[in-house]
Amino acid sequence: MQVSEEVFSKVQAALIDALGVDDDEVTPQATMVGDLGAESIDFLDIVFKLEKSFGIKVATEDLFPKDILTESTYVQDGKVTATGIAELKKRMPWADLSKFETNPRVQDFGDLLTVSDLCRYVESKIA
Amino acid sequence: MRWFWIDRFIEFVRNTRATTIKNVSFGEEPIDDYLPGHPHYPHSLIIEGMAQTGGLLVSEEGGFRTKTVLAKVSKAVFHELIVPGDQIFLTAVVQDKKPSGAIIEGTVTVNGQVRAELELSFAFLDDRFGEKGLFPPEDLLRTLRILKLFDVAVDQNGNRIHAPEHMLEAERQAARGIIQSRAISQSKPA
Repeated sequence: MQVSEEVFSKVQAALIDALGVDDDEVTPQATMVGDLGAESIDFLDIVFKLEKSFGIKVATEDLFPKDILTESTYVQDGKVTATGIAELKKRMPWADLSKFETNPRVQDFGDLLTVSDLCRYVESKIA
Repeated sequence: MRWFWIDRFIEFVRNTRATTIKNVSFGEEPIDDYLPGHPHYPHSLIIEGMAQTGGLLVSEEGGFRTKTVLAKVSKAVFHELIVPGDQIFLTAVVQDKKPSGAIIEGTVTVNGQVRAELELSFAFLDDRFGEKGLFPPEDLLRTLRILKLFDVAVDQNGNRIHAPEHMLEAERQAARGIIQSRAISQSKPA
């Protein structure tokens, strides 16, 4: 799914500012944690900058559905269950979960979000 | 007592803004190695002063129970050196506050001139880092009194903020402990 250039450009500016990365590093496919080096505290900064830039409110649970990643209903042996995946898809329709689905280890969830995902999330909030 | 690099609060509005002053003295051993003949104070100390000002600002609500740590210096621009004799005004303005942390924008001025502009992020540690606060409440209370925080602190409606009851109780308990230990030592035969 394509994201608008305007949204991408503003998200890119927020990430460059918050993470101190170069603009050519912030590609649509780049993952926030693995490729751009975002740490947990950076998400506070990123969320703040996105809220300011787009005039939206971002709930932390939107990006990190902690309950799905911790509750036994959704997690077994360190992996998100089929019920958990279904719930993730419902709550995060903007995220591309196809790669995660193949081996849904909870510990890999942190590196799931890409710049494209973030753009689509923002678009869902401003729509 | 915990080390502080601010002298006094002159403004404090809950979750909104706070200003402290720091009187810089030649007796504080400024740095003279980088620019011989131009003693000054390292930028890290200016950041520390702002972190203390902003950290107390964002952790006051709830009676300073929040375990607040400086997590990120997002921006630090220094326009001029801080030198002996300067009276620094450190103003922190809350930009955002969430359950996981807060962001403040800081401005450092001397005689109305901007010397530094900062943006700092604080993280609020959860119970994985222990249930107790980072500092004994009676010690922190004593420091806050020295910093005159309760002399100026108000909430967003302008109502005075007083010392939290749990801190006062901790102080009473500590005082009782001291009195008891003195009584025991005095009752022992010489």
